[in-house]
Formats: sequence, C-alpha cells, structure tokens
Amino acid sequence: MSIATAAQTIGPYWHLLDDPALADLTRFGATGERIELVGTVRDGDGELVTDGCIELWQPSPAADDVFPGFGRCATDAHGRFRFITLKPGPVPGRGNTLQAPHLAINILARGILTRLYTRAYFEGEPLNAADPLLGLIEDPARRATLIARPVGLATWQMDIRLQGNDETVFIEV
Amino acid sequence: MNELALGAFRDRTNQAPPARPSGEAGSLFQRDRSVQPPAYAPGYKTSVLRSPRNALLSLESSLSELTGPVFGHNEIGPLDNDLIRNYAKTGDPIGERIIVHGRVLDESGRAVPGALVEFWQANAGGRYRHKKDTYLAPIDPNFGGCGRTLTLEDGSYAFRTVKPGPYPWRNYVNSWRPAHIHLSIFGTSFGQRLITQMYFEGDPLIRICPIVNTIPDQDAIDRLIAPLDLNASAPLDTLAYRFDIVLRGQRSTLFENRKEGN
Repeated sequence: MSIATAAQTIGPYWHLLDDPALADLTRFGATGERIELVGTVRDGDGELVTDGCIELWQPSPAADDVFPGFGRCATDAHGRFRFITLKPGPVPGRGNTLQAPHLAINILARGILTRLYTRAYFEGEPLNAADPLLGLIEDPARRATLIARPVGLATWQMDIRLQGNDETVFIEV
Repeated sequence: MNELALGAFRDRTNQAPPARPSGEAGSLFQRDRSVQPPAYAPGYKTSVLRSPRNALLSLESSLSELTGPVFGHNEIGPLDNDLIRNYAKTGDPIGERIIVHGRVLDESGRAVPGALVEFWQANAGGRYRHKKDTYLAPIDPNFGGCGRTLTLEDGSYAFRTVKPGPYPWRNYVNSWRPAHIHLSIFGTSFGQRLITQMYFEGDPLIRICPIVNTIPDQDAIDRLIAPLDLNASAPLDTLAYRFDIVLRGQRSTLFENRKEGN
C-alpha cells in the first residue's frame, strides 16, 4: 500500500493553465440538448471569488471524439463561471438505483487546500425525488444548493457559496 | 531512468499514449484525512473564509466519481513538457536547468498510465508570468512557466524546466513561499483528481511555510519534497529531481455488490 499524496491549493496563478475554450464542451460540434450552466462563487463573507477554477465532468452523454465530457472555467471579475454543454441524462447508481441527471463539479481556488466537490442537478426533473444523493439531504434549503434553476430558455444557474448560511452542500468522495 | 535522462526525456515526447480502459472502475478507497490538509487551516489565512463549515456529505462513489475524462496526445504539443523551450524567444530562460520526473501510482502501487499531468511555476527569480503577480523580480522573456504531459504505460512522466525561485506573499508580514512547482493530475476517475505542489530537497523555507504546514503529518510533508536524483541528471547539462505521485486507490471492478456479478 502506498499513501496518497497530500493536496495543496491551486493558488492564485493557476491561470497559466487556463484555456477558455475548455468551458465549451460543444466546441467540437457535439449535438444534443445544448445548455448553459452559469453561477457565481462567494466566500464566507459573501465576497466574490474571482480567482477560482471550476471543473465539470459528466458521464452522460458518454464522452466521445466530439464530446469531451470535461470542462474547465475560470471565475471572472464578478465571480462568475459559465459552461456550455449538453444536458445529461440519468445515470445508474449503486444497486438498482437510477441517479437523476446531474453534472459533477470541482471547485479549486487560492485558500482551498483540497478541491471541493459538489453536483449540479436540474430543477423540475422528476427523477430528483428518487435520487440517492439528494435523498440523503433532509433540509430542503440545503438540498436546494445542489439544484440549478432555469434562468433562460436553455440556461441554468447554480451559485456556489463556500461558507455561510446558504453554504453549498459539498460531497466527500 | 539510468540512461542519460535528457535522452529519455526527449524520446518520450513522441510516444503514443497508452491504451486506457474505458471508463469503468471500482469504488474508491476511503480517503485518509490524517495525511491531508483540513479545509480550515487558520495559519493559511485565505482558507478561513473559503472553507465550508458543514461536514462534507458522505457518498458511496458512483459513475460520476468513478469515471473521468480521457486525454489524448492530440491535446499535447511537442514542447509541452519542455519549459526551457516552450516559451523561448531569444534564447533559453535564466536559471538552474532541471528535469522533474517520477511516476503516478495509485494507493495499491499500480501505475496510472495516460494520466494528464499539468504543471506551472514561477521563473528562476520567483516571478509568475501572471497579471496579478506584482513581485519586483523581473519577468523572464524566455519563460512561460506552464506545461503538460501524459504518463506512459508504467505511470512515468518527465518534464524539463528551470528551478523556480522563492517569493514573498501576503500572509504574515514576512511570509515567503519555498521554491515549488504546482502539479495538477487527472487519474482514471474524477474522484482521484489531485492538485498539489512539489518542493525541493534542502529548502529552508519549507518548514516555515504556512501552506506546507496545513498538512498535519510530517511524513506527508516529506513526500512533497522531491529529492535530488543525480543518477537521472544529464552531466554538464541538467540536474534532476524525482517526484512520485500517489492517487487514491480504486477497486478494480465497478459495483462489486452487483448481484449478477461482474
């Protein structure tokens, strides 16, 4: 057995890696239900997090030559991120369960020592009621932090609060 | 790596990426929190307002965490693992020429092939090519400070660069970061995602660094300190440091509790 390497913060200068094209998962011509996921990241004082790195992964629809399934986006001067992707479908869960459509989200930034992980579900999705993860969260207000709401024809918004009364539910994986 | 390391370093740039099993793997090993920094570490002041106060929600990993992006060689440029050349305009960058090499393994000691390893760093004077870095050390016109590579079949990776300098930062009045290289690693699954920093053997700033000291375990800190690897150096050319990376372990089969078996 080896011991896992310790994590360290991504720091303030990770933008040397940044390629804004990665925020558009449809850039290679993937077809399907195109959606936008937008949001604002704030800290425990409600201040905007303007140096964050948000990563997105979705196993559905399956990644292929034209759909990478992975995206990365820097938060801007207003703490905002914006992805363009394809709406995911349901994916199998453990046992015989079915998970509601969702996007897996990493939040990395200066001050965050180990990446924070959460999910974005979609408001109004019937499968949300039976989703194994959402079912673990008893407080409806806490559950709501994981549910993106429609703010346009194909635009969904899920804000991320790192700390505070409306703190996002972060998931241990 | 006992041949001339520089040769090995050059050869690998044209190798094809190893085949990788598509997607499915088993559940992740339980994370050992005793060797990881906590979210809230007041000695590193920026963590105070950027750390959740609620406990993390425990979840048995599912498809979203057990699968992850696959990166191919078409996304890697020929100079992407050579920071001495990938931004050079009028000559080589200033600084100590070094090779950083190692293997990406999981907690079971298995090689992780095809892992994307990204790296970024300050120049030899301790200055990043970044608009928010205002340290008085100069920008090096021949140094960008960023690159990427894919691990080979045996999990190995290597890149060439110059040794970064230490630099001051605003935490305590007189806080200095030890020389370090940032590394970002994608394993086979999104749940294995790791961002870390590599330090250099013998640097006196390591033991007083508030970011290093967020790690509660001295052995875990020591594993972030790359030793000099003289055998991998290129005589009269480039020194080498070795940095092995261990990602979380993962059982070999998906949903091992599935009734019909795997």
